[in-house]
Amino acid sequence: MFVTALITGIALGSMYGLLALGFYVTYAVSSTVNFAQGSSMMLGAVFAYTFAVTFGWPFVPAVLLALALCAIYGVLVELIAVRPFASRGSSAWLMATVALGIVADNTVLFTFGKEPRGFNVFQGGVQIAGINVPWLQIAIPVVGFALAAGLYFFSRKTQTGKAMLAVVQNRDAARLMGINITLVVSAAYAASTLFAGAAGIMIAPLFNVHSDMGTLFGLKAFAVAILGGITSAWGVMLAGLIFGITEAMITSLLGSAYTQILSFALVIVVLALRPNGLFGRAEVKKV
Amino acid sequence: MKSVLFVIALAASVSVHAQTIKIGLVTALSGQSARAGEAITRGLTVAIDEINAKGGVLGRKLELVRRDDEATPAKGVIAARELLFKERVAVLFGGLDTPVSLAIVPIVNENKTVFMGPWAAGTPITKNGAKENYVFRVSAVDEIVNKAMLQYAQKTFNAKNCGMILVNNPWGESNEKGLKAALDAKGIKPAGIEKFEGNDVDVVPQLTRLKNAGADCLFLVGNVGPSAQVVKSLDRMGWKPPIVSHWGPAGGRFTELAGPSAPSVHFVQTYSFFGKQSPVGEKVLKALMAKYPDIKGPGDVTPAVGVANAYDAMMLTAAAIQNAGSTEGPKVREGFYKIGRYEGLIKTYNKPFTPDNHDAVNENDYVWTQFIDNQILPVGMKK
Repeated sequence: MFVTALITGIALGSMYGLLALGFYVTYAVSSTVNFAQGSSMMLGAVFAYTFAVTFGWPFVPAVLLALALCAIYGVLVELIAVRPFASRGSSAWLMATVALGIVADNTVLFTFGKEPRGFNVFQGGVQIAGINVPWLQIAIPVVGFALAAGLYFFSRKTQTGKAMLAVVQNRDAARLMGINITLVVSAAYAASTLFAGAAGIMIAPLFNVHSDMGTLFGLKAFAVAILGGITSAWGVMLAGLIFGITEAMITSLLGSAYTQILSFALVIVVLALRPNGLFGRAEVKKV
Repeated sequence: MKSVLFVIALAASVSVHAQTIKIGLVTALSGQSARAGEAITRGLTVAIDEINAKGGVLGRKLELVRRDDEATPAKGVIAARELLFKERVAVLFGGLDTPVSLAIVPIVNENKTVFMGPWAAGTPITKNGAKENYVFRVSAVDEIVNKAMLQYAQKTFNAKNCGMILVNNPWGESNEKGLKAALDAKGIKPAGIEKFEGNDVDVVPQLTRLKNAGADCLFLVGNVGPSAQVVKSLDRMGWKPPIVSHWGPAGGRFTELAGPSAPSVHFVQTYSFFGKQSPVGEKVLKALMAKYPDIKGPGDVTPAVGVANAYDAMMLTAAAIQNAGSTEGPKVREGFYKIGRYEGLIKTYNKPFTPDNHDAVNENDYVWTQFIDNQILPVGMKK
């Protein structure tokens, strides 16, 4: 029972982490987030399903195009729902991103259809310790941590990544050094929705594809981002794992009636003890 | 002057008589249960067409007015209020979801308008404790289905230690009570009782608990998507217990969502268009094929239960309005009690409703079915 719960928890937790990583990326460079990250996740699954199943394209190009479209959606989110408000010092981007997510969900409802669809790819698995583990449950944490590692190396080894770090450290100084802040923030949003899209594509075969599939995932991912300390990339990934494994363990040991109550109660307890999250650091503000 | 008044009065009278009797429908027309809503719509439409072709009821044509509840109680309540107070429907029909119907029940009882349930099976929908109960149903009832589920599991699979895997909502709760009562009546304890959320990706932890408790069969209660998640999770575990289910899987693309193990779920239905049909069955199938180009045969009437229940429910409702001689709620309610013999699609009804019984369908009317490809067939019947 323990091993089964652990495998389930790691897969789900990695997915929460991947979504939460999207919150981290945009928060780090712009102190804003796309609250409708669940919708971005849903778009990844819907695009991939449409290209791979409806159009019958080969899987790899279908996924690549789906991810590219997710990235473009991220740029649009920043352009339409964040920049106009953040540039004026308003916090209305908070509601605007939620509203844009609802628009996306409903657009998909009317175009993709009302019924959930089964995305039956990669259904095989492997036996581990006598338990049948689907490939996808292995792929989700591998891809999740690979993307987190990729983000880490991108931010330290590439010029754009270093520009992002510079923006994180000192926005005004970065601007004076000729770094295009607007472009960096836009790229962060593209990366954020790309991560969410990847999570959606990977979870779809285990779940199904429909217009509101991302709502609860997005909510849990935000809890995970806060739990991990939204200023730490590895922190949010680890927090995702902790949250996912906790959920699965509570269900296995105590029964599903206690899952939501105890897992979210634990989040509250942790935040009461560590207000900046498990791996976050308190921001130093010079006055 | 007198003749002018007479003409005005006559015109008003003609206008009133020309008005249609509005029949409201609040059901899921989008989301995971959209197919179920469409099936109810089709059953009602075919019945209304048949009634209108014979001149309608009380000399007035029937008109169907639909609203989408998105399987959400709050939206169902808004839709019901709109149909009751703005559209002034004579009778309101409900949909697939027990939580939505339960939310609507107090409104119709307070407003004294008949609410007819052609699908949602929650026991408290009709047994709602109201002094004046305006809720009727032509559908399965959880507490009766639960007895049938136990009986089927014991007889077909020789099951001795069944576990429950139930969706975590009022429908799941209603079935938990019913299944516990059915087991208690035979002096049996369940192997375990597990709940899962409608949007759970992985139900393996809950199922592992039941497996470890020695369950030799599963009682499943959940709509299409959630039921599919249970089947997928069982596949991941490599565990293949017999699955005896309420009729949730019938509402959509179950085979596509659940994958190759979809046929392992045996679920209850009130009707199947496969096999030899009664004259009413042949008539309804013919009407469906004529009205809807996508229906080429019995396999395309899916989910059949929605169509069949809605058809019979509409016919019985029309009879009640006719008996009442009015569309006023209290009179229509009394009209239901006056229905005698009616040869319907599911069965021949004989005094289907009394003040103590607002459910027209009982355990003798159930059919056990499974998905073979995309079609719901009686268990064991080849395509």
